[in-house]
Amino acid sequence: MSDVNALEEKIKTHYAALIQSTCIALNELTVEVSPEFIRPFCLALRNESEFDFKLLIDVCGVDYLHYGVAEWETESSTATGFERGREAILSNTNKNKKRFAVVYHLLSLTNNQRIRIRVYLDENNPTVDSLIEIFPSANWYEREAFDLYGIMFKGHPDLRRLLTDYGFVGHPFRKDFPLSGKVEVRYDAKLGRVIYQPVTIEPRILEPKVIRSDNRYKVGD
Amino acid sequence: MEKLPELRNYTFNFGPQHPAAHGVLRLILEVDGETVMRVDPHIGLLHRATEKLAESKPYNHSIGYMDRFDYVSMMCNEHAYILAIEKLVNVQAPIRAQYIRVMFDEITRILNHLLWLGSHALDIGAMTVFLYCFREREELLDCYEAVSGSRMHATYFRPGGVYRDLPEKMPKYKPSRWHNEKDIAEWNANREGSLLDFISSFTERFPKLINEYETLLTDNRIWKQRTVDIGIISAERAVAMGLTGPMLRGSGVEWDLRKKQPYEIYNQLDFDIPVGVNGDCYDRYLVRVEEMRQSNSIIKQCVEWLQKNSGPVMIENHKIAPPPRVEMKKSMEALIHHFKLMTEGYCLPEGEAYAAIEHPKGEFGIYLVSDGANKPYRVKVRAAGFPHLAALDELIRGHMIADVVAVLSSLDIVLGEIDR
Repeated sequence: MSDVNALEEKIKTHYAALIQSTCIALNELTVEVSPEFIRPFCLALRNESEFDFKLLIDVCGVDYLHYGVAEWETESSTATGFERGREAILSNTNKNKKRFAVVYHLLSLTNNQRIRIRVYLDENNPTVDSLIEIFPSANWYEREAFDLYGIMFKGHPDLRRLLTDYGFVGHPFRKDFPLSGKVEVRYDAKLGRVIYQPVTIEPRILEPKVIRSDNRYKVGD
Repeated sequence: MEKLPELRNYTFNFGPQHPAAHGVLRLILEVDGETVMRVDPHIGLLHRATEKLAESKPYNHSIGYMDRFDYVSMMCNEHAYILAIEKLVNVQAPIRAQYIRVMFDEITRILNHLLWLGSHALDIGAMTVFLYCFREREELLDCYEAVSGSRMHATYFRPGGVYRDLPEKMPKYKPSRWHNEKDIAEWNANREGSLLDFISSFTERFPKLINEYETLLTDNRIWKQRTVDIGIISAERAVAMGLTGPMLRGSGVEWDLRKKQPYEIYNQLDFDIPVGVNGDCYDRYLVRVEEMRQSNSIIKQCVEWLQKNSGPVMIENHKIAPPPRVEMKKSMEALIHHFKLMTEGYCLPEGEAYAAIEHPKGEFGIYLVSDGANKPYRVKVRAAGFPHLAALDELIRGHMIADVVAVLSSLDIVLGEIDR
């Protein structure tokens, strides 16, 4: 793969007005763009021969609601000691950041390069322009992100649900949507048909999420 | 004046229960007479929210779920996930483990292409090929079982290497009421040595078997009538629609991650990338058949290397990889490592990584977001079949109803990875 640093420089010089920031980690370039510029930026990346990002690899939604929040404190000991049962995180803890993001992965076949573009979206209005006219393959990816995260893609001609059931309510991959779902189906012998009812599964955590920032995992380098 | 009857397109369902739908896929076909005007695939009938499920489990618990995405190329899915983890934690598997992984990736590619060829031929009406393909699949699944204990859902690749080294003995058939000693001895003839000997004998025989399939199909008049010039997609359109793998190569684009962005030890192996010319079903068939030959040669090279070289198959870092059983019996440190790994797992540094491999169906990628915890914050699976199925409408428009089956199966879709 060719040099990501050179790519970063080129993007910085050409499109300083369109992008918010760039970052290289693990030899992967991530560019942050504000929602209103995603369309011109991607159009330029596709059309300019020195970038030539013609293949849209992936579009996905991310919900940053519980980012960096652990279910079990490990840094300080608690007065109550360790307990077996842990409750799921309920509070919205990620207040100062925007909640949603749409992440695009592009690939250039001629230059053999990849780029990741991230657009942060506000919780109250998670809307971004659709890329369907630039990359026809965005069609289903955007429908999926809409289905699972409730992100709206402006200009998408057919923004229907894709993966969930007909008549499904809610956006299941949001962090505040319970893992066990909200409704379950069963056959009701009296009514003689299948009915929906609220889930009877008690939410529980088998393995608490812990965040360790100590150096024990520092390997390599 | 006599009023002409109003003519309207007819809309009907194909699936979700249809033998040629390759799983639970519902297509809503709009036809004008026999001509397909529009296809609307309804997917999600196999949606299991695996990506969300993975967010609630330590990293290693989800390796088994990866097998269940594309359930005919199990180890390749694992591979992408493992590579994403290894990228974030910055470890590399020992060289022997890398060879084993590549060997099993290619075994998996043959497994996948055999199933594809068999069912593609069956969909179009050639029954015999299906039986031939499954005969060979059985032997490769035996390799899976010998190495991991499971025929399909192996969970064999682990961050930092593979679960265990290749077995020295190949499991054998036993005589029973239905099969006498003589038959069994014949079946066990190539199972006397180690797993590597078994795979080696398979690679000797396999090219001839591919010739058998080709005799049945490549110049077959009916086969050509059903596939040539059906479902054509130009190179430019294929890129725009996000096609990868044999779908893209069938249209003449020379793109293979094993060559272009080599991972593991692919850059030390000698193999070719077949490409098509016309981008129709027939070219995609030819590309996949040639890929099987190339995979066979890669396996041969790996077997040769593995027979000559030994070494560890797992890294020694016990913060990531569990310590060996024997060590746990005498070392307190090892026991603690094991306990921590099996309960809490390991934490990955905060960050994000995208790892992609050349899956039998195309580019299979894992986008992993970590917030520094012992569970992934977000796992996005970039399934190869997903954009392929999305392109179905464009590929089929204007063809006959009977071609729907031919085009659909030439996409090589598995709903397990499309619905996730």
